[in-house]
Amino acid sequence: MKENKKTYWKGLEQLTNDPEFVKNADREFPEYLPISDQEEGGSSRRDFLKLMGFSIAAASLAACEAPVRKAIPYVNKPVDVNPSIPNYYASTFVSGGDYASVVVKTREGRPIKIDGNKLSPITQGGVNAIVEASVLSLYDKERLASPYKNGEKSDWATIDKEVAAKLKAAGNVKIVTNTILSPSTDKAIGALSETIGGAEVVTYDAASTYGITKANETYYGVNALPSYSFDKADVIVSFGADFLGTWISPIEFAKQYSKGRKISKESPNMSRHYQFESNLSLTGANADYRTPIKASQSGLAVLALYNLIAKKAGAATVKGAAVEVAHLSKAANELWANKGKSLVVSGSNDPNVQIVINAINELLGNNNSTIDYSNTASFKKGNDAGMAKFVADLAAGRVDGVLFYNCNPVYDYPQGEELGKAIAKAKVSVSTNATMDETSSMVQYIAPDHHYLESWNDFQPKAGEFSLSQPAISPLFDTRQAQESFLTWAGVTTNYYDFLQENWAAMFAAQGETASFQENWDRALYNGVYSIEVPASEEALVGAGDISAAAAAIGKAYSASNSGVELVVYQKVGIGVGTFANNPWLQEMSDPVTKATWDNYLTVSQKWATEQGLKMFEGATQKAKITVNGKSLIVPVLIQPGQADGTIGLALGYGRTKAGRVANGVGVNAYPLLDNSKGFVNYDITSGVSIELTSDSYKIAQTQTHQTYMDRGNVIQESVLSEYKKDPSAGRVSPEIYKDGEFVKPSKVSLWSGHKYSQHHWGLAIDMNSCIGCGACTVACQVENNVAVVGKQEVLNRREMAWIRIDRYYSSDAEAGDLEGLEKASDNPEVTFQPMMCQHCNNAPCETVCPVAATTHSSEGLNQMTYNRCIGTRYCANNCPYKVRRFNWFKYHDNKDFSQVNVAQNDDLGKMVLNPDVTVRARGVMEKCSLCVQRIQSGKLAAKREKRKIKDGEVTTACAVACPTDALVFGDMNDPNSQVSQMLKIKENTTSAVKEVNEERAYHVLEEINVSPNVWYFTKIRNKDKKEA
Amino acid sequence: MSIKRSLLSVPFRFCNMALIFFLLIGINAFAADPEVSDSEEAVKAGESLFNANCKTCHKLDQKFTGPALRGVSDRRDIAWIQAFIKNSQKVIQEGDPVANELFAEFNNTVMPAHPFLSDEDVMNLLSYIEFGGKEEVAAAGAAGEGAQAGAASGGVPSEYLTIILAVLVLVLLLILIVLGLIVSVLSKYLNKQHLDEEDKEFINQKTDFKKVLKSDAFVIIITALVVALVAKTAIDGLFTVGVQQGYAPTQPIAFSHELHAGEKEIECQYCHTGVEIGRSANIPSPNICMNCHMHIQNVGGKEGVSPEIQKIYDAVDNNQPIEWVRVHNLPDLAYFNHSQHVNVGGIECQTCHGPIEEMEVVRQHSALTMGWCIDCHRQTEIKTAGNEYYDKLVQLHSESKDALKVKDIGGLECAKCHY
Repeated sequence: MKENKKTYWKGLEQLTNDPEFVKNADREFPEYLPISDQEEGGSSRRDFLKLMGFSIAAASLAACEAPVRKAIPYVNKPVDVNPSIPNYYASTFVSGGDYASVVVKTREGRPIKIDGNKLSPITQGGVNAIVEASVLSLYDKERLASPYKNGEKSDWATIDKEVAAKLKAAGNVKIVTNTILSPSTDKAIGALSETIGGAEVVTYDAASTYGITKANETYYGVNALPSYSFDKADVIVSFGADFLGTWISPIEFAKQYSKGRKISKESPNMSRHYQFESNLSLTGANADYRTPIKASQSGLAVLALYNLIAKKAGAATVKGAAVEVAHLSKAANELWANKGKSLVVSGSNDPNVQIVINAINELLGNNNSTIDYSNTASFKKGNDAGMAKFVADLAAGRVDGVLFYNCNPVYDYPQGEELGKAIAKAKVSVSTNATMDETSSMVQYIAPDHHYLESWNDFQPKAGEFSLSQPAISPLFDTRQAQESFLTWAGVTTNYYDFLQENWAAMFAAQGETASFQENWDRALYNGVYSIEVPASEEALVGAGDISAAAAAIGKAYSASNSGVELVVYQKVGIGVGTFANNPWLQEMSDPVTKATWDNYLTVSQKWATEQGLKMFEGATQKAKITVNGKSLIVPVLIQPGQADGTIGLALGYGRTKAGRVANGVGVNAYPLLDNSKGFVNYDITSGVSIELTSDSYKIAQTQTHQTYMDRGNVIQESVLSEYKKDPSAGRVSPEIYKDGEFVKPSKVSLWSGHKYSQHHWGLAIDMNSCIGCGACTVACQVENNVAVVGKQEVLNRREMAWIRIDRYYSSDAEAGDLEGLEKASDNPEVTFQPMMCQHCNNAPCETVCPVAATTHSSEGLNQMTYNRCIGTRYCANNCPYKVRRFNWFKYHDNKDFSQVNVAQNDDLGKMVLNPDVTVRARGVMEKCSLCVQRIQSGKLAAKREKRKIKDGEVTTACAVACPTDALVFGDMNDPNSQVSQMLKIKENTTSAVKEVNEERAYHVLEEINVSPNVWYFTKIRNKDKKEA
Repeated sequence: MSIKRSLLSVPFRFCNMALIFFLLIGINAFAADPEVSDSEEAVKAGESLFNANCKTCHKLDQKFTGPALRGVSDRRDIAWIQAFIKNSQKVIQEGDPVANELFAEFNNTVMPAHPFLSDEDVMNLLSYIEFGGKEEVAAAGAAGEGAQAGAASGGVPSEYLTIILAVLVLVLLLILIVLGLIVSVLSKYLNKQHLDEEDKEFINQKTDFKKVLKSDAFVIIITALVVALVAKTAIDGLFTVGVQQGYAPTQPIAFSHELHAGEKEIECQYCHTGVEIGRSANIPSPNICMNCHMHIQNVGGKEGVSPEIQKIYDAVDNNQPIEWVRVHNLPDLAYFNHSQHVNVGGIECQTCHGPIEEMEVVRQHSALTMGWCIDCHRQTEIKTAGNEYYDKLVQLHSESKDALKVKDIGGLECAKCHY
């Protein structure tokens, strides 16, 4: 077997073999312990005695009398609520234009978990981190508990009377909103608008795609986004569109994308993905070929691609400055070779660039195959020009009344500050935002909306797709659904639920449904989704736009040789545009690429850092002052391999001032830096940017660059597609152990006699080809297993509690000693994501060292952790080769020191989200992934009650359910028909712990130590040409 | 008599008030209807129907929520009975005088309709009503006698043991006295003989207790004993910390299981609805109480509303839940699921909760310690019959001579209860 020659490194410290790093590499907790931290006011012997005396007294007192606990039944038990038995409701998560069809799990009437809805043709059961975490926002005690008038608590009667009257009296009223996906909401707003004399609706999006809709309008006369099909594309080219992470409908696209990336011996085909971008995005990290380009060249690169394609198609080329972009002509060749089965997208918000993208796709014949303009998508409808005009009008005092419907432009619009100041100029200002955020704190009236889990609503994410959301809990506060408010102010007496049903009745009738309304409605509500037929357009659309004009505009706006610094503003997968910044689960989720938590930062290239003499060591860095057209911010700097030289990246969504206790003051607000001068919001700022390193030091809390594998290889095993086609075991490393004069497989050398798993043998298969590293699983695990949030300082101390982490490895083809080669690699490394959780070893090293048998092996292959037995010696963590055991250094629940961050375990309302089937761990005990043993037990019990065998897929882990790309598959390896057995090609039916796995791609991480995990990884196969060696 | 679990779901139980009406109706005494079969199958089929649908409100020979049923086929004609069981309200509304009279007599209690019962079902029911239930009484009597006989024949009763012990002690004392007498007689006799000094000294030597008390061996033995005793007491004491066996707190309503479960034989699951389906057995919500207490306002035939029952009415009227005191408190770190034990395992409620049907005030019968759980898991055989889930385990276990017990399938593993 050929050895894998690549070097993997988790951070630059490891790559350059920094002496500090090496010193700390073999320690589990490189930081000093906090015991000797108290120089003053530390505890003395007397304190100790006092405390001891107190504890003995307290303990004996407590022991004398058990506390009286109450059991309080319902007065009138609802028929379908049974204590301890969960109920599931189909619903829809929508925030602005972000959409996911979901299933809400409720216990005793409390929503506690969000899963994807498999019936949805759009999201197909996928979710992302934001959707998973949204359930905690429901229990945010900083949501407004009543309507407000001029900053004072008020009541609905007053609000209704005054708002209705004032809106009617005001002449020019504007209703400002993010994209509305709901047809009934549109109707309710229409009713209100009509009553108050024609209020205009101004739509904007914090992450605008106005450029695309505008281009589609000029080019095709379709003012909407098309539906993309990444699954049908054999060649995907993306110019800066982070379609797996944040662009338009990432869950949908990730699902589609993964379908094209799954391979097997039987069908060894996968799509090829080119990415041209400035920041290393999640999508770029998954690309087969990634080229870092400067933002100032991106438009020209698109033009160059157009010209390359046009030449092949025999169409007229356009004038464009020449740019040197690696892999571009290769991409063009392959696009042309896969006409009609390719897809070109761009994340640019520049309409001219998008016109050229449209032209490219048209030349490639992708319309009606990978791009569908008949079933248009409504995810983004923002109009940047309209919003800019509104802000100008408001500032000039030309607007008499303004109503903000669930949007926060004071924070997330580039001219937010001006807008905020101008609100006072309107005679009446109203907001329906649910919190006292940056915008609602500036208006006269706040009529707070319900959380989406408390609301009725409908959505039309695509022309032919509808979905419903239904309340999974009664309103927690004295809030009212915004649509209800609109109807009330419009003088409509029907409530919104009836209003909604009327609309749907009309739709059912129009669809020619024969069943009664109730039947149709019940079915739609049960499924959560409803599809209608949209006639596909017969002929391919013919573009009417003027390519040469667009090219000329691009030629003017972009330059092939820009010497200045460029700022590319992006969104992080966890925080997005910042709407849910107050959610600690999202703040503590480590960014897929940078692995940083609780911060935004300037991502800079290694080259720039070297020039500036900046060294970054385990999160310790310096702050820099960035100035964009006169506006300055002081931001910490993070050295990012793969960052295009001459560009810097900065994430949106941070720097909130009125989001709440979690998000306030975390990071800086990048919105004011955005360029809004060209008629659209430009996220690429290519001129007027300067950056200057300051002497302030800073620490970014990253979850990686530590917990190293100590140079033990065989962790990532990968190959390229052509090799895989020749040999399905390409890239596999099979270590052998010398024993009795011959080399044998490590599994043949064992101290242990082996377990017997007579009934079940739970296993997890992880396809690294499908895993895109999005981190939805990490948040899902946090929700399901009551994992504590520890806050930035504790993450810095390496004490984050995540049970599943996604290791992100950069790689280079150079040898570790080859400095020049390494320099190249860190310019644009290959990236591999590897989800890592307890491997549930059959020969578990942790089990043998526990002095109190708190971690033991089950008869189903699980490595069990018993908290109430654990005395906290941490031997197990020391002995774990995967470093997946997490220790409770503090009591994170009911502890005021953590109440700011760990809200789910500290305030009464937050605790509602806890999973009642999982213990909240105490201080001083170890914890780790249990493979969701509570779900296993509940699935087994259901089968026993029904006197049958367990069905495959019935029992699965939270991470596997959440995965939008189905990269994780959980199941019973003793069942030869289970999906996991099929994937691993386990043929024999045995009760042995060591299964004969016939799948060539499947391997164990660190196979040579023969801990025999029950978690299998599949080699990563890149669709790259074989390296010419 | 023990309370048997029933697999019925709650809603069906409501249905039973209906049958009551029949019982009363005895004006014309016809001869037993020839159509009501006394065959064993019919009676058996009728019994299960009766238990499923009627038992909550009707008894065979006693007036209950509804009338006593035996003899109904003599009192009424079959067609009337069938119509009434299937939909009593219809019969009443059609103005049938007997039905209306019955309805009024039983406080206008609505008997639910049973449209799902076929005519044949009704005939089976009638078979049971006429001929069933008699053996039970006889059998119970016989069993009782048998039990007493068993107690008499099986070994020595405990009171005899005490007597035997006392006699033994007495005998030992007598021997001691006799020995003492012999020693003193012998010493006296020897003193009168002419012995040398050495022997005399030996005979007259006195035990020096002081010396013994001060000896090292004695001190060590006593110290060790004391330490051991103290340690044992301390350890025993520590083991009882948090163990609330026998805990019987006063409840906000003086609810008697003895009355409801014992005397009235209401199935446990009628109120504890979660026991077959979920983790928690559920303390009944007042709306379940109201199923019966809508009509039963006092106990022992007293007039007016009992102050305890009034508390249920208050709870419902004020929409104020009743705050029962939890009797059985497992620590949060232990996961227990009722349905696993009751539904899957087929364990009787009394196995853990004790003779609940005899408890005026509920008390914690078992220790509820981990040792207690584990002991049971070691001894209990799994109910594998007819449960496909266990097929493979049974097959793999077939070589073993012992029965398949909970411990054999991982019932002692930590993560079965702790996660």
